[in-house]
Amino acid sequence: MLVINNLKASIEGKNILKGVNLEIKPGEIHAIMGPNGSGKSTLASVLAGRDLVKVTEGSVTYFGKNLLEMSAEDRAKEGIFLGFQYPIEIPGVSMVNFMKAAVNEQRKHKGLEPLSASDFLKMMREKKELVEIDSKLANRSVNEGFSGGEKKKNEIFQMAMLEPKLAILDETDSGLDIDALRVVANGVNKIKRPDNSFIVITHYQRLLDYIVPDVVHVLYDGRIVKTAGKELALELEEKGYDWIKKEVENNILA
Amino acid sequence: MEKDQNKILSDVTSGEYKYGFYSDIETEQIPKGLSEEVIKVISKKKDEPDWLLEFRLKSYRHWLTLKMPAWAHLEIPPINYQDIIYYAAPRKKETLKSVDDIDPELKKTFDKLGISLEEQKHLAGVAVDAVMDSVSVKTTFRETLAELGIIFCSFSEAVKEYPELVKRYLGTVVPYTDNFFASLNSAVFSDGSFCYIPKGVRCPMELSTYFRINSANTGQFERTLLVADEESYVSYLEGCTAPMRDENQLHAAIVEIVVEKNAEVKYSTVQNWYPGSREGKGGIFNFVTKRGMCKGENSKISWTQVETGSAITWKYPSCVLRGDNSIGEFYSVAVTNNYQQADTGTKMIHVGKNTKSTIVSKGISAGRGQNSYRGLVKVLKNAAYARNFSQCDSLLLGDRCGAHTFPYLEVENQTAIVEHEATTSKIGEDQIFYCNQRGISTEDAIALIVNGYAREVLNKLPMEFAVEAQKLLQISLEGSIG
Ligand SMILES: Nc1ncnc2c1ncn2[C@@H]1O[C@H](COP(=O)(O)OP(=O)(O)OP(=O)(O)O)[C@@H](O)[C@H]1O
Ligand SMILES: [Mg+2]
Repeated sequence: MLVINNLKASIEGKNILKGVNLEIKPGEIHAIMGPNGSGKSTLASVLAGRDLVKVTEGSVTYFGKNLLEMSAEDRAKEGIFLGFQYPIEIPGVSMVNFMKAAVNEQRKHKGLEPLSASDFLKMMREKKELVEIDSKLANRSVNEGFSGGEKKKNEIFQMAMLEPKLAILDETDSGLDIDALRVVANGVNKIKRPDNSFIVITHYQRLLDYIVPDVVHVLYDGRIVKTAGKELALELEEKGYDWIKKEVENNILA
Repeated sequence: MEKDQNKILSDVTSGEYKYGFYSDIETEQIPKGLSEEVIKVISKKKDEPDWLLEFRLKSYRHWLTLKMPAWAHLEIPPINYQDIIYYAAPRKKETLKSVDDIDPELKKTFDKLGISLEEQKHLAGVAVDAVMDSVSVKTTFRETLAELGIIFCSFSEAVKEYPELVKRYLGTVVPYTDNFFASLNSAVFSDGSFCYIPKGVRCPMELSTYFRINSANTGQFERTLLVADEESYVSYLEGCTAPMRDENQLHAAIVEIVVEKNAEVKYSTVQNWYPGSREGKGGIFNFVTKRGMCKGENSKISWTQVETGSAITWKYPSCVLRGDNSIGEFYSVAVTNNYQQADTGTKMIHVGKNTKSTIVSKGISAGRGQNSYRGLVKVLKNAAYARNFSQCDSLLLGDRCGAHTFPYLEVENQTAIVEHEATTSKIGEDQIFYCNQRGISTEDAIALIVNGYAREVLNKLPMEFAVEAQKLLQISLEGSIG
């Protein structure tokens, strides 16, 4: 569904992504790990269509279409969802109104009628239960005054509402207590279908105990420098990134 | 990215004014200019009693001694008061049989504005006084209301039919000496609405006045007088529009409200005068004095305004809280887009004991709009335990607009508690992107955020108008954001 080819991108003139290659097939879960500042969130931003990040080279194809030509909202309507590393607060806009707008835009895109108020509220209720989010949160303004963990859970709730084809979860596990971590992971597993895919960006292998990835990539200095199975995460947890950095340097020297 | 944002911003704030049409209606006008002669002509046309002419002349003579106020944060081009027509009225067609018949052209105009002058077609539960240029053309539901003893009619009719009431209250809340524009209005006011709610009556429907400027080169100087007798209640709404013209037009109105013991008045305004072109050409100068007197104990006045129109707005709906335990409220959303300027706010004058006031002001600036909140909270010596809470928020869309806050505080009683909070926020690129990422377009994202921001005020409007006001906000910011 997604093919990233030699993707290079910069922010305010600074090169961040330096040639990323990645292919994701329907139903796959890919984990992306890597040291701070290596470009993981930048990659997520490019996929979601944030214009702050400028693509300088390469291509991204999504279901055969040139993703880079699509607006951010069209990408969302076509099923790309980004769980933000730092979810944004929108004071004054209730979660209900926000989600209603999002869900109905997506339905319009698919040629469906907007949901009636009661159907929509029913859907909210079901999804709230599915991801075990405190129902009071959904009555407040978008992320306003939410704790760090509540914001992350709210991202999962929104994902459940929108049922994306490709969900990119940027450190959704960071800052979560053990119970919340389980809730987030369960949420993902409940939403998982044979044909939808996930990119899970994380620093911790423990999340991958719950959400079992098909592949683990290491992004380092704007490139994917290592790709392996689930066991790579364990190895990284144990040994850190130094050995990878050394490997990369040796490769360059060689 | 900044450039992109500015572009989208300018796209979103370039919505078109929907009410800018002109109706070709035969109009009776007097020549331009202002003098004692002109005032006598107006008074004569309206067949007024001598005491009212005297009131006008007294006001005019006082006005001559005044200068236009310059303290507001506004850039007002010079106004030539001799270049304005002070009286214009749709001519009564002789073919119309009864007084209740109205010119079909007029009816069409108001239909186009969404205001039906036919009672059976009108929004259930709303009575309308429709004012075009200098005169009231029709007041609906008069008879229905009269059964309850409620008087709702044009100001001119009130002068004829209820002279004692008018004489008793006229100028008691806004004296003719109050300020430059109030003096001018007192001299030349042409029409407006009059409303009296008798003791113990809860008005069963919304009362509303719809003001329409139609003729060119005319000023509109209407006057509204609203009296709520003991234990009564009324909710009142005014709306207004004008054709698009390259010249500025002056609107200088007065609203006076008197509220007796245990009575309550809710006064809502949806102000949508022509704001001028995107380049800042034309538009209405909206210089208005609105004040309510909470005369009796436990009386209450609540002002709600949604101000989206006018090139320049100068307006401070205020409350004099004279009765003990009386309550004053002011809820405002003011939008300035393109080259619009607004200097608006309120005055809460605490005179009686245990008086309470609440001020919630939400300014929204886009384009090159300049938006100022100016508010006075005054607690007099005898106003023991007076309380005020003020919240003034500014929302900026883009980086070429401005928001300013001028709170004034004068407290003469030690037991008073006065709180003031102010915030300024911007719609952030990250908020817009967050919405985009959920499939919500930039325009819709801005509408969501703006409506969320203004919700506290919109919620105060009567239901039928809240939706309208929400749409209006959206339209007035269309084409403005990123
Ligand atoms: N808005 C910005 N302006 C300037 N530099 C930025 C901006 N956003 C990101 N960067 C830089 O881009 C690089 C990659 O950042 P990115 O957020 O993609 O890293 P990351 O891999 O997600 O790190 P972390 O694990 O800490 O979340 C960093 O050096 C960061 O400082
Ligand atoms: Mg990151």
